[in-house]
Amino acid sequence: MINARDILETIQMIQDEHLDIRTITMGISLLDCIDSDINAACRKVYEKITRCARRLVSTGEQIEATYGIPIINKRISVTPIAMLCAAAKGDPVRFAETLEKAAQTCGVNFIGGYSALVQKGFSAGDEALIRSIPEALAVTDHVCSSVNVGSTKAGINMDAVALMGQIVKKTAERTADRDCIGSAKLVVFCNAPEDNPFMAGAFHGVGEADCSINVGVSGPGVVRAAIAKAPRDASLSEIADIIKKTAFKITRMGQLVGTKAGEMLGVPFGIVDLSLAPTPAIGDSVAHILEEIGLECCGTHGTTAALAMLNDAVKKGGVMASSRVGGLSGAFIPVSEDAGMIDAAVSGSLSLEKLEAMTAVCSVGLDMIAVPGDITPETISAIIADEAAIGMVNSKTTAVRLIPAIGKQVGDMLNFGGLLGEGPVMPINTRSCETMIHRGGQIPAPLQSLKN
Amino acid sequence: MHAVITVIGKDAVGILAKVSAICAEKNANVIEVTQNVMHDMFAMIMLVDISTLSVDFSELSRLLTALGDQLGLSIHVMHEDIFDSMHRI
Repeated sequence: MINARDILETIQMIQDEHLDIRTITMGISLLDCIDSDINAACRKVYEKITRCARRLVSTGEQIEATYGIPIINKRISVTPIAMLCAAAKGDPVRFAETLEKAAQTCGVNFIGGYSALVQKGFSAGDEALIRSIPEALAVTDHVCSSVNVGSTKAGINMDAVALMGQIVKKTAERTADRDCIGSAKLVVFCNAPEDNPFMAGAFHGVGEADCSINVGVSGPGVVRAAIAKAPRDASLSEIADIIKKTAFKITRMGQLVGTKAGEMLGVPFGIVDLSLAPTPAIGDSVAHILEEIGLECCGTHGTTAALAMLNDAVKKGGVMASSRVGGLSGAFIPVSEDAGMIDAAVSGSLSLEKLEAMTAVCSVGLDMIAVPGDITPETISAIIADEAAIGMVNSKTTAVRLIPAIGKQVGDMLNFGGLLGEGPVMPINTRSCETMIHRGGQIPAPLQSLKN
Repeated sequence: MHAVITVIGKDAVGILAKVSAICAEKNANVIEVTQNVMHDMFAMIMLVDISTLSVDFSELSRLLTALGDQLGLSIHVMHEDIFDSMHRI
């Protein structure tokens, strides 16, 4: 029989420490739905998504009941819609409405893939799709959008960066009556992964199988509790070891759920995303792990080093636990979705500049950060450019999900509710960066892109 | 196919009997039981065979959780695979 202590440990992780499967995301290729007639294309898209994912939610619930593990989200990601727009002339928002309808029929929490990949330039359909994002995110509730503006291989498309500054601002303005929630569903990437199960940045890359299941695990609370059990004088090598062991267990659970879901749905299992994804619930915070390691408040000196160690240990523990690892894999630091980050930002300990430094050593980027509503599109573009540069040079994924809080100022709060949480409007540097952004063009790929 | 039933809470007369009665009624064969009482606290771990269960696994889980609520105990039923995957390489 299994060791009684192991059994009780697992139950405690789920009951008291918020261990859960954050998401099962079904990736669906829409390449066979491309049609020059937009009506026909939308019909095919709806038919394919509802056919592939009709049992996704019920299967997720069945696994939850059998294994006793909460599965928080069931989601769908699709081929970047810009590829369908390239063939079908017409208003891209029609595709967003179709995705919304399909998401509602399947009962999923989010559908991602209203996306364009423009790191080296715009192809047919890309610009039309990007310009339609504010409208698409205002008229839908479940659709998520992402745009990849840079990569280590291609450099950074600064024309796209300049455009995205305007789009992020317009998206916030279009949903100003709902705490600017549109911008919370829009991510600007550098080095976007093609198998990411997490929203808002999930899309189904063209190199993926026709349909696959990707799983994102969670568990900041479990990691924090494990560190809390260690003696106060335990060395950082010992803390790293504890994190590795905990990440191993969390990931094994993700692997089991992904494999079972794939079998039950008759779909190949894609990857486990080894991420520590926080929620606004007390005890489910990445910031609190950093504080448990020994910081008075997240954002103080030492935060970047602690986060670097955490991120690395999570990967080292997780990689052995899963046969296939992918997606973003690392610790997430979304401000509004993490109780400890919210407190640190409100108290002034955590600044935008510190967050930028932290993104150089963890898996994502400037995520879920509310900025003053009078921010200029150029400043948003410049923040995107800085973040993309970190990703490009370090050969890693970085992303920007800023929420311009229309009509609000530093210190005010935005409240999105649910997993998206709430966050204070954070101060930005207001000196101009217009001339640089208006130059446009391409930041050339760095030397490290020439690996062949 | 095995499941693990855990029961934790304040000790009382007949806990084991009530839990095993539900298992018997739904055709879950009890294979192994470990039980401890420490300072009034009752902790039991039961391994049951669920391959010939007469109801859905989720129904068994619902019945036992309801029993737990009724007796003021925390009762969990989970598939054995989860423990195997998390704690064994």
